[in-house]
Amino acid sequence: MASDATRPLLSVKNVEVIYDHVILVLKGVSLSVPEGGIVALLGANGAGKSTTLKAISGLLRTERGEVTKGVIEFRGDPTLRRDPSEVVRRGIVQVMEGRHVFEHLTVEENLLTGAYTRRDGHAAQRDLDLVYRYFPRLAERRGFAAGYVSGGEQQMVAIGRALMARPTLMLLDEPSMGLAPMLVKEIFDIVARLNREEGLAVLLAEQNATMALRVAQYGYVMENGRIVLDGDARTISENEDIKEFYLGLTGVGQRKSYRDVKHYRRRKRWLS
Amino acid sequence: MTDLLYLVAVAPFTDMAGSPAFLVEVLLGGVFAGLMYSLVALGFVLIFKASGVFNFAQGVMVLFAALTLVGLLERGVPVVVALALTTAVMVALAFAIERLVLRPLVNQEHIILFMATIGLNFFLEGFGEMVWGANVKRLDIGIPDRSFIVRGVQINQLELTAALTAAVLVTVLALFFQKTRIGRALRAVADDHEAALSIGIPLKTIWVVVWSVAGVVAIVAGVMWGAKSGVQFSLSLIALKALPVLILGGFESVPGAIVGGLIIGVGEKVGEVYWGPLVGGAIENWFAYVLALAFLLARPQGLFGEKIIERV
Repeated sequence: MASDATRPLLSVKNVEVIYDHVILVLKGVSLSVPEGGIVALLGANGAGKSTTLKAISGLLRTERGEVTKGVIEFRGDPTLRRDPSEVVRRGIVQVMEGRHVFEHLTVEENLLTGAYTRRDGHAAQRDLDLVYRYFPRLAERRGFAAGYVSGGEQQMVAIGRALMARPTLMLLDEPSMGLAPMLVKEIFDIVARLNREEGLAVLLAEQNATMALRVAQYGYVMENGRIVLDGDARTISENEDIKEFYLGLTGVGQRKSYRDVKHYRRRKRWLS
Repeated sequence: MTDLLYLVAVAPFTDMAGSPAFLVEVLLGGVFAGLMYSLVALGFVLIFKASGVFNFAQGVMVLFAALTLVGLLERGVPVVVALALTTAVMVALAFAIERLVLRPLVNQEHIILFMATIGLNFFLEGFGEMVWGANVKRLDIGIPDRSFIVRGVQINQLELTAALTAAVLVTVLALFFQKTRIGRALRAVADDHEAALSIGIPLKTIWVVVWSVAGVVAIVAGVMWGAKSGVQFSLSLIALKALPVLILGGFESVPGAIVGGLIIGVGEKVGEVYWGPLVGGAIENWFAYVLALAFLLARPQGLFGEKIIERV
């Protein structure tokens, strides 16, 4: 028991990532996710959240990024330099930013592809029912081409598809992107339920700090490729800086730069 | 003026009606040629679907498969064994292509992969001729090139066999794509590489599978064409005829490759026989390309091509 408590499910230590051999994107990131916990990774656009997730899942190499320093361990096993499919087999699945559903496949086929790495065909059928239980809307849409369902439903497809691989840890990248607030809430509620009822651990990269901190137990804040702050979700949401920079709760105008940042962030939301 | 109109719009049809048995023969000839085009086009479609690569070397793969088969047969290997060995060679080729060509070029622009297949094209051509020799060979797989007559219509036994084989092959492929786990994964990869990777579909395996399948299709096409017109370099040029088939049927569609091939095969034969004399013949040579051009203007995704899904 004691060793379980000290050894987290996922631990990322001092990871440095360089793109195209020159651009330093992550400058020594360390974080950890406990068994069955939800950890939020907050930060603005370009802070390095997605890169961190991709370094963990091994998807980094497909976009010419390279982990040049540091260690990533999943249950004590190093995952660096492993093939993405091997990482999935070991229990980490990433849900990519921007949903990335297979547009020409039906909703159900999308879900079934998620079970590709698994050898137990019958259990996959059972898991399909599980996914439909959590996302009843997908059951209604099972025969539709995934490219034609709504944005929220596509996000559900992406999460459901990842669930089909039976992960212990889900890397969830910006699930709120481009979705109406109602839908964002619905999706976050389901993620919280999955965590509670299925014991799924989640590393959640989000710009929407309010939402993320509502479901997470712990949080990290990233800026410019570094972790600048971390703590319990509650501590973080009560931190004055966080309130001001990320939650938009206190005085505007005390800092000139804040206005620009906020303005910029708001415009991004509209665009996406 | 009315004379010309009569010659273009009336005379060919009265000819057809005058001798229906001959019309059926022309149509059958067209269907056979069309299926042959379809088989080559199928190889393109498979690889394009799974990797977005336009495989310029597909025509040479057909030639290479036929050369290998003939070479083995010439050395006295029994037909069945030779077919099995050729299949093994094509699968080995798929492995080699994935390892030596595709893997080092992962994440490159499509045009670069396309260029790589052009290189592959020249390599296979030279390699095949180096190993098996460059002279025209006869391919005899034991199906006689004889005809029999049913109700006044001549049917060629070889063409009939080829048509049936193609039909079986296409059915199997369609089922493979729609119903199996690997087939589904292939379609997933075609849609979104990165997402496929993210849920653990290994691209390497998928590529090997798809190039192997394209290799097997190339064998079938090579055998059929080779048995009909001998195995020679010009076999690789039928790839050019597959292009209009693809444009007509859609680059991602297996049924499209079949229907496109049939339309072009039948169209060019009928055009040649009934309208050819009007323009001094050779309609067969340009019909496919003109039709493809018309399709590019009116329906660029082809008859069955995947609609470009755009959400607004």
